[in-house]
This record gives sequence, C-alpha cells and structure tokens, in this order.
Amino acid sequence: MHLYSDFLLIGADVGGLHIGNMIVMIVFFLLLLAILKKVAWGPLMDVMEERENFVANEIEVAEKNRKEAEAAAKEANAQLNQTREEAQKMIADAKGAGEKQQADIIEAARQEAARIKATATEDIQNEKEKALQELQDKVASLSVLVASKVIEKEINLEDQEALINDYIKEVGEGK
Amino acid sequence: MKDGPTAPIVENVFGISWLSFDLSIVMMVIITSIVVLLIAIWGSRNLQMKPTGVQNFMEWVVEFVKGLVTDTMDWKTGRAFLPLGLTLIMFILVSNVLGMVTTVIINDKQWWTAPTADAGITLTLAAMVVVLSHYYGIKLRGFKAYGKGFFAPIWIMFPFKIIEEFTNTLTLGLRLFGNIFAGGILTTLVLGMSFNAAGDFSIFGFIGSIVPMLAWQGFSLFVAGIQAFIFTLLTMLYLSHKVVEETVDGH
Repeated sequence: MHLYSDFLLIGADVGGLHIGNMIVMIVFFLLLLAILKKVAWGPLMDVMEERENFVANEIEVAEKNRKEAEAAAKEANAQLNQTREEAQKMIADAKGAGEKQQADIIEAARQEAARIKATATEDIQNEKEKALQELQDKVASLSVLVASKVIEKEINLEDQEALINDYIKEVGEGK
Repeated sequence: MKDGPTAPIVENVFGISWLSFDLSIVMMVIITSIVVLLIAIWGSRNLQMKPTGVQNFMEWVVEFVKGLVTDTMDWKTGRAFLPLGLTLIMFILVSNVLGMVTTVIINDKQWWTAPTADAGITLTLAAMVVVLSHYYGIKLRGFKAYGKGFFAPIWIMFPFKIIEEFTNTLTLGLRLFGNIFAGGILTTLVLGMSFNAAGDFSIFGFIGSIVPMLAWQGFSLFVAGIQAFIFTLLTMLYLSHKVVEETVDGH
C-alpha cells in the first residue's frame, strides 16, 4: 500500500556517489564516443564536407563554363560578321566584274561593227572603182566604134584615145 | 514513509569496500548508450551526397552542434570536438527523454529512471568534460601556455582560477541533475493526484491529473532539450577557454 507521501520519495532518491556508477558512466561514454566517431560522426562529417567541396567545385566549374560560353558566343558573332562582310564584298566584286564584262562586250561589239562597216565601205569603194574602170573601157571602145561608124574620117588610135580620155574626165568631173 | 521505492544498490562488489553500484543507473546508462548508438547508426547508414530522410535530420543535428562549436572557437580548432559535442548532446537528450517517458518500479526498487536524474552521473559527465578541457589545453597549446592561463591576466588570479575549475564542474553537473531530478519529482507529484490518501486509485484524481500531466510532460521535453543544449554549449565554452589562445581582453 502506497501513501501519497510515498510518491515524494520516488524521485527523492538523489543517488549518491557510487564509484561503480561513475566507472560505468565513463567507460560507456568513451566507448560510445569512440564507436560513434568511427561509424557515425566521422562518415557523416566526411559526406558533408565532401558535399561542401562538391558544391563549391560545381559553382566554380559553372562559372568557368559560363565564361567560356560567353567567349565562344562572342567569337561566333565576330566570325559571322566577318563572313557577312566577305559575302557582301564578293557580291560587290561580282557585280563590278559583271558590269565591266558587259562594258567590254559592248565595246568589242561596237568595234567589230565599226570594223565590218569600214570593210564594207572599202569594198563598195573598190567595186565602184572597178565598175567605173570597166565602164570607162567599155565607153572608150564603144565611142570609137560609134565615132568610126558615124564619122567616116580616119583617126589614128592615139588621137582617138586622148580625145576619149578627155571626154571621160569631163564626164567624171561633171558628175 | 519508509516503504517508498529505493534504488537497487549493491555494495562491496568483488569484496572491495568502496566499490558500489546502483544497478538501475548502470542499466539505464547502458540502455541510453544503445539507443544513442542505434539512432546514430540508423541516421548515418547509406550516406548519400543528396541526403534524404533520416540523413537530413542527422545532418541538421551535426550542423546545430557545429554552430555551438563555431560560436565558441574557430572551426579549425573546434573540428576535433564536434564528435564529443554530438555524443554529449545525444546522450544527455536521450537519457533525459528516457526518464520522462516512464518509470518502472519492481519490488519497491526503482529500475527505470533518467540516468541524468542521478547526481553522480551528471557530475561524472561534468568532471569528464573539465578533465578533457585540461587534456586538450595541454595537448593543443603546450604545457607552458596552459600553465600560464592560470596566472592570466595577473598572478593573483591563480587561486580563483583553481576554484573556478571545481565550481565549473559542480555547476555544470548539478544544473543538469537539478533540472531533470526536479522534473521527475513534479511528474511523481502529478502522478500522485490519481491516488487518494489511503493509496487507492481514484478516478476523479486521475481525470484531474491529465491536464497538468500533459502540460508538465511537454515542458519536460522542452527542458530535456534545453539542458542537453546548455550542457553541450558550456562544454564547448570550457574547452575553448583552455584551447584558444588568450587575447588581450582575456577571452
């Protein structure tokens, strides 16, 4: 049978200093400390430290990558611009060359035309002269024939020739 | 008055007159150690870079104690004391809570109690901490610097410094003991409300005791945590006084 006041005594046992308790306490605590250091706290601290290093490293790598990407983008941009400029230059060059060629062709055609025209003129002149010559010859003999027929007078050939030539000259100048 | 439960004490073990054990305390120390060991192993098995579940909790505990260490000394010196702090806070918290959960009395012998409700145990812990602080003081700073600490800032301080070591031990141990012991007493008193003067169970007393019991158990849990925290913090403080070079202002 418990009295109410008995319950006061439950907690009221302060304990006292038992040497055995102290030894047990020290031994168990140090044992616990040693075991936990090996199997729990050590690995746990290692993992946490590893993670810290990992994160720091990752941040560093990310920063480096970002810088590299920035540089690469810059370079690509520069290259693109350069290529664009080159292309523009090539187009301009081609245009210039085309225009020059056009001018050359036109010039060549013009010259050719002029040459042909000159040749044609010369030919015409030749033909004309040839025709005139032929006509002259024909006219001479024809005149002689006509004259000898008309005028029964004998004329030597030399006088006749001179007469005809004068006549033709007159005709040519009168023309 | 005389038949209240008492501690199961054996004396004259192995025929040695000064060697005595309180078997309940021995058992509770062992149980506490096993519980702490299981929690720690449970929390630190299968460790991952990306922590999940219980590893998160254990890492939070580590971070918390790391905070206590870095509050009192620089991390380079304090790193070595982190396992000690972790073991201390876990051991004290678990033993405080174990005593709160229940009590077992067999044949008028109280077997289940908080180990920290025993003054011998808390003083042993405190003495161990103070001895450790002296050990590390000599180990990390050398005997000369360690010895000089007793005469700083002036030689007249020497007796006070010596006394301080003992008062530190006493206050550290007795603070923890007092809080947990008082918690146990009040729990017992509230428990007593369920019994009438003749010692018979009374339903009215039981109902009346529910609310104060809940309130006090909640507060006890709070006290259990706070006391574990304070003990660990002061441990780190005493360690830092011994291992950190004294600066101009004496700290």
